[in-house]
Amino acid sequence: MTAAAVAAAPPQPRRGVGRRRFWGIAGSVAALILLAALSLAVGSNPIPLDEVWRLLWTPDGSVDASVVHDQRIPRTLLLVVVGSALGVSGALMQSLTRNPLADPGVLGINAGASLAVVGAVAVFGLTSIWFFLWFAFAGAAAGAIIVYVLGSTGRTSPTPVRLALAGVAISMAVSSLVQTVILSNQNAFNEFRFWAAGSAEGRGFPVLTAVAGFIVVGLVIALCLGPALNALALGEETGRALGVRVGLVRAGVMAAVALLAGAATAAIGPIMFVGLAVPYLARALCGSDQRWVLPATMIAAPAALLAADIVGRVIAHPAEVQVGILTAILGGPVFIALVRRRRIEAL
Amino acid sequence: MKRKRVLVLGPLSVRVRPRSLTVGIALLAAIVVLTVVAVMAGDYPLTIGQTLAALFSAGDDPLAQFFVQGQRLPRVVCAVLVGLALACSGAIFQPLAGNPLGSPDIIGFTVGAATGALVQITLFDGGPAATALGAVLGGFGTALVVYLLAWRSGLAGFRLVLVGIGVAAVLQGVNSLLVVRASLTAAQTAAQWLAGSFNTSTWSDVAITALALAVLVPAAVVLSRPLGAMTMGDEAAIGIGIRVEPTRLALVIVGVALVSVATAAAGPIAFVALAAPQLARRLTGAPGVGMIAAGLMGAMLVLASDLVAQRLFAPTQLPVGVVTGSLGGLYLIWVLTREWRRNA
Repeated sequence: MTAAAVAAAPPQPRRGVGRRRFWGIAGSVAALILLAALSLAVGSNPIPLDEVWRLLWTPDGSVDASVVHDQRIPRTLLLVVVGSALGVSGALMQSLTRNPLADPGVLGINAGASLAVVGAVAVFGLTSIWFFLWFAFAGAAAGAIIVYVLGSTGRTSPTPVRLALAGVAISMAVSSLVQTVILSNQNAFNEFRFWAAGSAEGRGFPVLTAVAGFIVVGLVIALCLGPALNALALGEETGRALGVRVGLVRAGVMAAVALLAGAATAAIGPIMFVGLAVPYLARALCGSDQRWVLPATMIAAPAALLAADIVGRVIAHPAEVQVGILTAILGGPVFIALVRRRRIEAL
Repeated sequence: MKRKRVLVLGPLSVRVRPRSLTVGIALLAAIVVLTVVAVMAGDYPLTIGQTLAALFSAGDDPLAQFFVQGQRLPRVVCAVLVGLALACSGAIFQPLAGNPLGSPDIIGFTVGAATGALVQITLFDGGPAATALGAVLGGFGTALVVYLLAWRSGLAGFRLVLVGIGVAAVLQGVNSLLVVRASLTAAQTAAQWLAGSFNTSTWSDVAITALALAVLVPAAVVLSRPLGAMTMGDEAAIGIGIRVEPTRLALVIVGVALVSVATAAAGPIAFVALAAPQLARRLTGAPGVGMIAAGLMGAMLVLASDLVAQRLFAPTQLPVGVVTGSLGGLYLIWVLTREWRRNA
């Protein structure tokens, strides 16, 4: 074994970490399956689980069957895919900026993507997702680059606090701009009003097929970057000495974040805190090894998003609360808990 | 030698910096001009002569008199008062948090005031007075929660700000939830109120707000001296005889009251509390807090934003909060790039 390989090995797990990892991932998988099943059953028209199971395999043309097949299945799949994208993009950003408060929602990347979408629709008047998806990527990429530049220039890189503060302030400003555009032309933006708050309602297979490919590519890039991110966590100099091509890894992370956050935002609007809370929990379970944190996040984040969406369908029955609102209510306390820790440790 | 003049009036004396005085007078002049323009402009345009006649009930145009006295003037005065209150509140919280971004709209107090008002509107069918009361209670409740959550053997500015961001996000969600769950009419009232606008300002709103500000603004001006000393650090402030914790508590109470009163009058209006004190400081170049210049700057910003909101896409009326948010956002990006370039 070469010296580089020895040093590049992840930090030795403490006793019990292996078992925690196993149960953490097993629990996440179980939660994801359970919540996906619930997501097919729960809604303004509740359908019992056994009935859902029967309709799943034998669609009989009834109203219930069409609800399950045409609405809840695409919605559930979309939430799973988007949840993975949000969680993993958060984990990547936290790792790259070494900032536990990084999240595509908190740092304004989702807001940037939504501004690009709304601006493009205002200028060109097309509302097809195949059209505005590209603007979402561009907006997310611009946001990611701004965050990265703010987070890495200067002799002393900004503290987690300053980065988060700047991101939140930019998010607020951008969402005001989005509101201005939406309010100034209400006809063109009727369907964007709910989207701007983050909603998975009524987004069928067309949206799913449009974003799924990009998200899968982003997830694969993220998984491939895991070992390199582990080495970079030891510091840029050390990482370079261990044979990591720093520039390439950073570019890869930014591309993955732009793909994931852009596609997620184009699909269901700007969502906050999923990318913050889930990687945090994943690190608590798996330690700091990105080769475990990234897959764990990939499984647990969709479960979290599904849970928020299901709560949103039940809480204001028969009306529906957008999933973006629920993630803010449920994720905010995690953010506060993180902030209250004695010292916001750098990753 | 830096030129400073001292105004002496019996036992009182005030030190006046000529540049601050110039800036103050210029801001006042801008407010007067904007007021005149705002009263003249609208779907029923008036000339200056007609406006003045209508103002003093001297004209023979009852319609003009109605628009000027009953509609446009209370709106303008309300905008000035709200801007004043927001800016003073920002000028209090930014030094307290030790960060120019630690203004009440970012750390959740504005959102909390909105939550209080929404609870009144959607759950109790409250009228305007109850809504205003709800806003004030909501502002104080939020401040208490943020203060307690951020307290950890002392109050670190950055923790206050971050806890505030988290609380603001949760309350923002709660606000949306309240609107979704409300009945249709209550939801409409709530949505109008939430957008933040002066469309419905009346003289009674103006009277209540003015009364509250008559107490709060002098208090803020008096407290701005110890606040300026506290920015040099608690030890230094204690050294020159300031009782730090009681002063801090008084400042928080006055600041929250200011932002709550403003929110009660016009709904949540973003970024004025953030931008006004900073802009004022840049213009006056003065050290310290600069409460009066900040207040005038805030009044001018809200007045100008309201004019833009009314006329930009006329007859569609934008909520003024959206305009201040967009303008404030541009300002913010400028501040951030400057600050980071300086550190680079």
